[in-house]
Amino acid sequence: MITIVDYGAGNLRSVVNAVTKLGYQSKITNNPDEVLSAQTIILPGVGAAADTMQNLKALDMVEPIRQFIAEGRPFFGVCIGLQILFTGTEEGGWRECLDAFPGQVRKLPSGLKIPHMGWNQVKQRGFHPVFESIPDEANFYFVHSYYVEPDDKSLVAGETEYGIPFCSVITRGNLVGTQFHPEKSGEFGLRMYDNFIKMARRECHAN
Amino acid sequence: MLTKRIIPCLDVKGGRVVKGTSFEELRDAGDPVELASFYYKEGADELVFLDITATPEGRDTMVDIVERISEKVFMPLTVGGGLRNINDMRRMLTAGADKVSINTAAVLKPTLITEGANKFGSQCIVVAIDAKRIENSNQSHWEVYIYSGQKSTGIDAIGWARKVVELGAGELLLTSMDADGHRAGYDIELTRAISEAVSVPVIASGGAGTLEDLYQALVEGKADAVLAASIFHYGTYSIAETKEYLTKRGIPIRS
Repeated sequence: MITIVDYGAGNLRSVVNAVTKLGYQSKITNNPDEVLSAQTIILPGVGAAADTMQNLKALDMVEPIRQFIAEGRPFFGVCIGLQILFTGTEEGGWRECLDAFPGQVRKLPSGLKIPHMGWNQVKQRGFHPVFESIPDEANFYFVHSYYVEPDDKSLVAGETEYGIPFCSVITRGNLVGTQFHPEKSGEFGLRMYDNFIKMARRECHAN
Repeated sequence: MLTKRIIPCLDVKGGRVVKGTSFEELRDAGDPVELASFYYKEGADELVFLDITATPEGRDTMVDIVERISEKVFMPLTVGGGLRNINDMRRMLTAGADKVSINTAAVLKPTLITEGANKFGSQCIVVAIDAKRIENSNQSHWEVYIYSGQKSTGIDAIGWARKVVELGAGELLLTSMDADGHRAGYDIELTRAISEAVSVPVIASGGAGTLEDLYQALVEGKADAVLAASIFHYGTYSIAETKEYLTKRGIPIRS
């Protein structure tokens, strides 16, 4: 069972459809208790980081999510769902986020079209199970105006170039975040979710 | 490197895909769900759906179509046509659309752009601009048309493009009414003028007849994406063939 966190941002259906297409069951929740009891979580992201944090706070989800991650359980943050895993974001002034990854969220440099919208390559930095059977420099679908800058560069699992090279995949054990949208990235995107869910299941059996 | 996007456009009327010439003479080109799956497998980078009836019934049909498509197709989907308010936008996004495109409603009520951007994020809000060249004695400019190209607004297209971006549009879908349906090439001058005027991505639309036309819109027109309907629907060119051609000509394209 894959738990998809609903904090009122809208487009959850694509994530649900992707998980369903892969043959897994999913459950959408905005209940903090269901977050704590989940096996595997996907946190989708659309919109602004500040609103997302505000919505999570209003739903009393901040501490349950922090606890879930701190216990090393399988968690996948997508786009804004990746950005709010960091210490804080520049978006809308300075906003504190979940601090699961020490580091900042910054605005993409000016001079290029913003948002960074479309398909771009992910250069893999070292191996992580989420990349299983996905070629290096495969294209994924991005749409964002801010990017993450982790303090610990060794956690960067994938990098993408848009004016500057930025971290597009970050991993620490069972915690995974992508700046792109796997549910919108065709076959390779679906494969990445499948890899993550399989990794989560192995973890579940091991314990 | 960010790749340029190839976007088939599906005009939908009564649950079927149609394509006309200069918004007239509609011909039936198939079932939207099947066509969407076909283009997904072929490697299209994104799909745009326009409800050309732009009526409440048409909107209900579109919601149903978008729901069915998003179960099968894992690529970005933009939906437009007859969206008048936040509730219309929310229904499409909840059904599985990633972006909503507004045209007439944006002109009639520009605050809708800001409202939509605040609610769903700028990246969700596409403003479609239908522009028609107006020839004056010694110079020409482009004017914005609404209601499927039937009503002139007197608004200058370049100024309008700048304004909608200020208001929160995350992308522009630019259609040349003069070129649309004629398969004689995009309006390159218009495309470049708009693309240079704004900081957000611009999709060029209207007039694709050959692969060279697509190349010109991306290079000379400085568009970030090219949209086409007939050349894809009637099988003049496949997506694969299009991508191979543009790659050979040095355009960054997703293989």
